[in-house]
Amino acid sequence: MKLRIETAGMEALMVRLFDTIDVANMAWVLAADQALREAFGDALIDLVPSYTTLLLHYDARKLSHIEAQARIHHALTDLTPADTRQGQRHEIPVWYDESVGPDLSRVAERAGLSIAELIDRHCRDEYCVFALGFAPGYGFMGLVDDAIATPRLTTPRRHVAAGSVGIADRQTAIYPLPSPGGWNLLGRTAVPLFEHAKRGEPLLRPGDSVRFTSISRAEFEAQGGDTTPMEERS
Amino acid sequence: MSQAGLVVKKAGPLALVQDAGRFGVGHLGVTQGGAADWIAFYWANWLLSNPLNSATLEIVMGGGLTLVAHGDVRLALTGADLAATVDGQPLAPNASFTLRSGQQLVFQQPRHGLRAYLAFPGGLNAPEVLGSRACTAREQLGGLEEDGQPLKAGQYLTWQGNDRSSRTLPEGAGPVMPTSSCRLPMVLGSQASSFSGRSLYQAFNTPWQVDNRADRMGVRLTGPVLSGTLSGIISEGIPLGAVQVPPDGQPIVLMNDRQTIGGYPRLGALTPSACAALAQCLPGTEVWLTPVSVSHAQADYRRQHAKWATA
Repeated sequence: MKLRIETAGMEALMVRLFDTIDVANMAWVLAADQALREAFGDALIDLVPSYTTLLLHYDARKLSHIEAQARIHHALTDLTPADTRQGQRHEIPVWYDESVGPDLSRVAERAGLSIAELIDRHCRDEYCVFALGFAPGYGFMGLVDDAIATPRLTTPRRHVAAGSVGIADRQTAIYPLPSPGGWNLLGRTAVPLFEHAKRGEPLLRPGDSVRFTSISRAEFEAQGGDTTPMEERS
Repeated sequence: MSQAGLVVKKAGPLALVQDAGRFGVGHLGVTQGGAADWIAFYWANWLLSNPLNSATLEIVMGGGLTLVAHGDVRLALTGADLAATVDGQPLAPNASFTLRSGQQLVFQQPRHGLRAYLAFPGGLNAPEVLGSRACTAREQLGGLEEDGQPLKAGQYLTWQGNDRSSRTLPEGAGPVMPTSSCRLPMVLGSQASSFSGRSLYQAFNTPWQVDNRADRMGVRLTGPVLSGTLSGIISEGIPLGAVQVPPDGQPIVLMNDRQTIGGYPRLGALTPSACAALAQCLPGTEVWLTPVSVSHAQADYRRQHAKWATA
């Protein structure tokens, strides 16, 4: 870890800890998150951790930029990494099917695998939740097997259904809400990520780990899943 | 409808319930939202002696929004001049006024600025979600029906308090609407140095045009093509007003409803006051990005807040 504090805006500082994505970063990012929340107290407006950074928005009516920088320095000196074993493990059931995962065959073909093999690969590894962002409860997870890594669509879809599970490069994620999106869609889950986030208690948190399991259409429907096929790519 | 209220007779293109925004939840992936011109928004509440964070209506463009009073009510209107009328009589912006039972308040088209703020006694009634009533359509959060959707015809607006002593704006204190050219102070970010010298010169010495691809999420600026050594970065948190430059070289200023993290390099971020000004710029407005120091911007920000404390 190499701490750098950069100006990001009038009342925003970027706390940069690393330069590359690595599961090992998470113990430090989580520790920094907690230390900064304690150090800033009610002078903290928002703190957004990501893969290698934490964006800190402080209240400029309470602190100057220099005071805020000093607080960060003080809070992160002698930081010890958090115990990431405390992160929760989640099993997310996914109905992998071309009607709701319209990129299954293209991603499989690109990887030189059958669709069944692709599903096996996606379900085989345990993924780390690196960051929440993009939409309420949207967790950026990884890293997926290099063999099935697939770049984002050149033209994002205008409409991706809630619960869609996709991959982009070596990352994987679930769309909590219907939205535009450019990830390659493999299937759909009935887990209500948005409802959790809306209560302020996201299901997936940075540092958690996730494993996907493949379920049948009948099981997906029994879990309350929406089987409406994805619309034609727009 | 025994409680006094306003009936939405015609909805217009876009009217949203907004307070100051949703804070302390960025780490959940929840956007800030809130009044895009926060200065006009605070003045609207100030005029009615409301708590400054009370929920208002952010009315974009006007476009025929028609509200009919059921009972008398004292309201305040600030921000853009949307050619508002009460029963056909022109209404001056930046003032409080009484709407009598049965009278119609109509918003037509923008004459100066883009967004008007209508404040209600004690603030609009709307359910609080994650600490705010701010309406964000993309996230289906906030608003009258907790679905983040804009005002619809037939809805009934009610408020939390009773009429209190309304105020008049101090001389020269109110929000200023940008005219044909607008200066936007910004704080340079650490990635500014990754842009070429020529791009940095152009960024701050040539006019930019506000594009018609502009909404509460972001405002695209068109002008010279900016380039640098970074094409993408590892996704990181995005502050309000961030001036991000995607590979096409045309900057996008990220506003209240921006996504919480993203991966394009940034020149820096507009100051909050500059964001408020940009939120009032119609497409085609000429804007100039003007670097300022953090300390200068913060002094200006504190002076602005002091006006509401002492005015």
